[in-house]
Amino acid sequence: MGSFLEILIFLGLLALGYFAGHYFERKHYKSIRLRESQTLHIPLITVGAKPPWPNAKEAKLFIGGVVISTDYFKTISAGLRNLVGGRVMAYETLLDRGRREALLRMKEQAIEWGATQILNVRLETASIWGAEGKQSVGSVEVIAYGTGIKE
Amino acid sequence: MILTNIEGVPGKTIVEHFGIVQGSTVRAKHVGKDIMAGFKNIIGGEIKSYTELLNESRQEAIERMVKQADTLGANAIINVRFATSSITQGAAELFAYGTAVRVE
Repeated sequence: MGSFLEILIFLGLLALGYFAGHYFERKHYKSIRLRESQTLHIPLITVGAKPPWPNAKEAKLFIGGVVISTDYFKTISAGLRNLVGGRVMAYETLLDRGRREALLRMKEQAIEWGATQILNVRLETASIWGAEGKQSVGSVEVIAYGTGIKE
Repeated sequence: MILTNIEGVPGKTIVEHFGIVQGSTVRAKHVGKDIMAGFKNIIGGEIKSYTELLNESRQEAIERMVKQADTLGANAIINVRFATSSITQGAAELFAYGTAVRVE
């Protein structure tokens, strides 16, 4: 009886993770795509650490950060994937969402300030507080930073 | 104080270098927030409380770095970099460093 209940809870969490996770992921991607098309006019450049720089009067550092978490279904499917190896699609989309969201947050702050370009964009990823044995990819933090310039 | 992560400040020239300045902060997680994060591990998505916590902490690290540059007499910090490392299971360090300079 006890093990039956355990299986039931497991399946319940799996279904919740699958449906809620997919729903939120789709919603998040929709918002990312929309905001990306709205902010296309500001170029993000990963070079520009050294002069010459484009003509600019002001420069400011902008940082965008996001902590994003995996869902139960992704955790389990990645665990199964560990047995056979190969691409872990579940985590690829997770990190993709995190990076794009971080870039967008940086960009939106820069646009508010009046930036015309963002130079030397850098991305950092860190696994946060997730050293609990098997579920080590509990959540990841992604930050994007760069120097916004305006004329 | 002007902060940039490029090797100078556009439109200005560097007149004096003061060397490396740094600021860091170690933050522990909040038990209540961690319970919420546990729920988030089931349905996935952004953990807003952690995003806020880390943004605040990073701001604090930057402020400490700026304070150090201030005492040196700098008016800009160039080539700023960030690093996050998780120290133990319950704490993370946020670290910012850069080169303090005086620009005109």
